[in-house]
Amino acid sequence: MSAEILGLDLRALSGELAARRLSSREATEAALSRIEATDGRVGAFLRVTAEGARADAAAADERAARGARRGPLDGIPLAVKDLFLTEGVETTAGSRILEGYRPPYDATAVARLRAAGAVLLGKLNLDEFAMGSSNENSAFKPCRNPWDLGRTPGGSSGGSAAAVAARQAWGTLGTDTGGSIREPASFCGVVGVKPTYGRVSRYGVVAFASSLDQVGPLARTVGDAALLLQAIAGHDERDMTSSTLPVGDYLARLEEGAAGLRIGVPREWFGGGLEPGVEARVREALARYQALGARLVEISLPHSRYAIAAYYLIAPAEASSNLARYDGVRYGLRAPARGLREMYGETRARGFGPEPKRRIMLGTYALSAGYYDAYYLRAQKVRTLIRRDFDRAFEACDVVAGPVAPTVAFRLGEKLSDPLQMYLADVFTISANLAALPGLSVPCGLHPVERVPVGLQLVGRPFDEATLLRAARALEREQGPLPAAPEA
Amino acid sequence: MLSIEEVRRIASLARLTLSPEEERLYAGQLSAILDYVKQLEELDVSGVEPMTHALAAGEAPALRADQVREGLGAERALAAAPAREGTAFLVPRIIE
Repeated sequence: MSAEILGLDLRALSGELAARRLSSREATEAALSRIEATDGRVGAFLRVTAEGARADAAAADERAARGARRGPLDGIPLAVKDLFLTEGVETTAGSRILEGYRPPYDATAVARLRAAGAVLLGKLNLDEFAMGSSNENSAFKPCRNPWDLGRTPGGSSGGSAAAVAARQAWGTLGTDTGGSIREPASFCGVVGVKPTYGRVSRYGVVAFASSLDQVGPLARTVGDAALLLQAIAGHDERDMTSSTLPVGDYLARLEEGAAGLRIGVPREWFGGGLEPGVEARVREALARYQALGARLVEISLPHSRYAIAAYYLIAPAEASSNLARYDGVRYGLRAPARGLREMYGETRARGFGPEPKRRIMLGTYALSAGYYDAYYLRAQKVRTLIRRDFDRAFEACDVVAGPVAPTVAFRLGEKLSDPLQMYLADVFTISANLAALPGLSVPCGLHPVERVPVGLQLVGRPFDEATLLRAARALEREQGPLPAAPEA
Repeated sequence: MLSIEEVRRIASLARLTLSPEEERLYAGQLSAILDYVKQLEELDVSGVEPMTHALAAGEAPALRADQVREGLGAERALAAAPAREGTAFLVPRIIE
């Protein structure tokens, strides 16, 4: 019974709940048992909130019994990255400096899932403060890839991707600042969507780089991700940068296929660094689109080669400012000290791990007197050039397609000693963050030799998530589902 | 190459106490990253406006009406404080 429930995707489970052939309690118990059985190996969860989940499920079943189901997410077991504040439930951002912190309110995205009736299973593993591409910067424990436990799940939303791949939850929320939803989705063979900047409220999400951070869903199928995005998208008066533009209907045209779509293929994304097995699968996906009636258009994003350099000035600069709030005064760790200055220095020395320290140092340097114009201001100008490349490209195409990452999931420890090598894992994803555009990762098969998933990245026009999802669904339908991850 | 003195100056600005090993490590690693980002100097950015925010073209930040509303309240705001006194956050002495 449990295996059958776990085999359903989110929308299929929702149908069973609506028809009252299954209860939320059954689905929730199946998920909790699955987490119990697999998470010792996978490490996707930092915290399982079983008691709260059971209460959520009982309330959902009660609503279903009196015909008052709130909608398609009512009673569905989900989980969120431990970067989202959850009222009364410990929220760490993967950092020792917030260990034990119980926030006084929910993030807006979490509140919207709750309002939709979702069951929250717990908080998911991540790189500390969402800084990383492998989940290895978690201060608490590593997360492993359910396809191959010797490999990373990607990062920083590693737990969010691994939990979906391991069938521990029917969907999850992550955040994406430079690829942190798309890269782990690609590595774990799930769908991950980074919406347009401003589409989903960032209120109550621990801030990393405020002009780049965006919340998005991860799920087994494109339709499931669309449904989750529908629930969390939209203006929030508590986030000044959340857009007031109307939210599209992400499901209405999902099945309309790829015929007539113009798919831009940036020549700069198929150069030197792309691993041949990954390239083979991505090119197959492009050929499938052609067979489905889409037209491939060669485009150029000439400034995309500068994206990592611009990003590693802008993101650390914003991070150094955002992380100034961890000072031992209002919440989190406080180191004993004789004076205030010593308290700040010691608290931050003990509380932050190596990667946040590195980025705080880099950002502080880039913003410091005498260097601001040469580093930060120049990077912001390059950001404009990167955005212009896309604006020009979208005159000739409707979506841009290419690889998510230059390789499949790499091995634990492989890039840990060289930060710059780790940063290069985001070479194809960072541009969409800098340009504030929506992007997603959809599985496009297994690597021909390594037999782990490869993701196709699609990037769309601002606020055109609907076209992006429709294009991803066309590929998903054509190629069929991936097998279940074998090592969960 | 960043000098140890520069690393110490940055750490002091960032209120981050570093060990001697960390100072050496970051001097090397930050230098490597700064070398990498130097490639931005190849680009002519004269006349290019900086992208200072990520809002949609033409969209202004959405401001709400300036009305008094219920906030978190002192108790909830102070609930996670490492040390407090009454309705205040308690910190070590600032003026010696």
